[in-house]
Amino acid sequence: MTTIDDIESRTDSPPGKGRVIYRHRVATRLTHWTWAIALFFLLLSGLQIFNAHPELYIGKQSGFEFDNSVFAMHAARADDGTVDGYTTVFGRSFKTTGVFGMSGPADNPSYRGFPAWATLPSYQDLATGRVVHFFFAWFFVAAFLVWFASSLISGHLKRDIVPSLADIRAVPRSISDHLRFRFHHNGRYNVLQKLAYAGVLLLIFPLIILTGLTMSPGMNASWPWLLDIFGGRQTARTIHFLCMVALVAFFVIHIVMVLAAGPLNELRSIITGWYRTDPEKNEEHSA
Amino acid sequence: MSRFIISRRKFLTIAGVAASAIPLSGCDALDGVLSGQSPVRDFLASANSLSYRAHRMLIGADTLAPEFAASEIRQGQRPNGSTDPTDKAYLALKEKAFTDYRLTVGGLVEKPLSFSLDELHNMPARTQITRHDCVEGWSCIAKWTGVPLATILDQVKVKPEARFVVFHCYDTMNLGLSGAVAYYESIDLIDARHPQTILAYGNNDKVLSIANGAPLRVRVERQLGYKMAKYIKGIELTSTLAPFGRGKGGFWEDLGYDWYGGI
Repeated sequence: MTTIDDIESRTDSPPGKGRVIYRHRVATRLTHWTWAIALFFLLLSGLQIFNAHPELYIGKQSGFEFDNSVFAMHAARADDGTVDGYTTVFGRSFKTTGVFGMSGPADNPSYRGFPAWATLPSYQDLATGRVVHFFFAWFFVAAFLVWFASSLISGHLKRDIVPSLADIRAVPRSISDHLRFRFHHNGRYNVLQKLAYAGVLLLIFPLIILTGLTMSPGMNASWPWLLDIFGGRQTARTIHFLCMVALVAFFVIHIVMVLAAGPLNELRSIITGWYRTDPEKNEEHSA
Repeated sequence: MSRFIISRRKFLTIAGVAASAIPLSGCDALDGVLSGQSPVRDFLASANSLSYRAHRMLIGADTLAPEFAASEIRQGQRPNGSTDPTDKAYLALKEKAFTDYRLTVGGLVEKPLSFSLDELHNMPARTQITRHDCVEGWSCIAKWTGVPLATILDQVKVKPEARFVVFHCYDTMNLGLSGAVAYYESIDLIDARHPQTILAYGNNDKVLSIANGAPLRVRVERQLGYKMAKYIKGIELTSTLAPFGRGKGGFWEDLGYDWYGGI
């Protein structure tokens, strides 16, 4: 776990360089990389599964003779004969040829939700998509249980993830710092980091796991309350999809922030645990 | 406390590099190891037996799938897979409105029997409004009426060595790599004896339609749609799935789908 409080210093810092601290415990690093690998495969196989029926609904069932659709990707022929891919959100259609609904080479397009480069396997294969998805889902859930239990016990959860009242008060300042690309590298998480990690780990992860379970007809028999809390199997499927979108957005910001904060130091800390803080002296330098 | 300030230009360069790395996740690189007979795929697919065992531990043998109010039936049952079999034997039955139909039940049983539709209609029936979940992702709520499979199994007296119920069907599928293959499916005896597992002849207060599997289809309410064989010709009790099709337990299973369809 992140041992930001009980900082352990490995070396005396050379002049102009910050101390090296032990920032991430082994459980943090192991679950981080398990999630990274599992989520990569879960995303791409999930998009493959979505493509088998690229439409989302609100409710217990899918409306074929009534309309409870909220999102769809499809191809359609216009009056002039041209075929295009469309994405429909709450009844409003957008032309998304080349990416959603219709993609691939212009002379031999595929009519599919997500394009070949975004799915695993690249071709349409629901059976394999499911095989890959459920294999990595086990690892994803196991890593979550390990992380949650060990973070609770070590205090990582309370110390580094859940924002304190003081943290919340610092939100405006933290936002203005981020907007000016001013990052403080003392080894502690700022409030925006805490909110991002708490949102992903304590909200999105449990939500994506539970909505996944809600789609299982077997689980519906033993845990029917899942259907009640999410408002039906098809709503659960829609929430599962939205959680995916949130995680993709988190991933993009996460990678950008790692690159902005110094990718080598950040990578070293999530691999070895050791992280170099900024120099103690109050010097500013721009890179 | 010191600060680290990054120039906007560098920030944008880095963001651009990050963004351009995303499409590199193109997946045809992994198509090979995930194809039909690859050992990697077989290994990944073994997670299905873990899911099956976990569900068997977690879910009581007789725990019921959710049932719904009549007001939740908002549309006809959406058919999928075969919707109008053209096999000769089936067409002959269809011509006579299935009056010549007989369900044969054999294999590892003490007393192999066959049943006419009239005989099945005269047995105690169960009616349930349940949600049909297709493996593709959609769901449809409908009412089903039929004979509990357990009633049939009690009459034929299942031998102790039997472990699976195999459903043989009239509809020939042409999607198989080896050409025309008759649809078949299998479930374990826990699902076979589950109170909601019925051989349905009625759907939404009408006689089961051809599109939905007339004259007889099975409902296995805690699993996905492909497990619920339509156009059932016969039922066979067996200790192993190896002799049927390619040995994976069903038409779709032979094409790579998981045998346990409770997830």
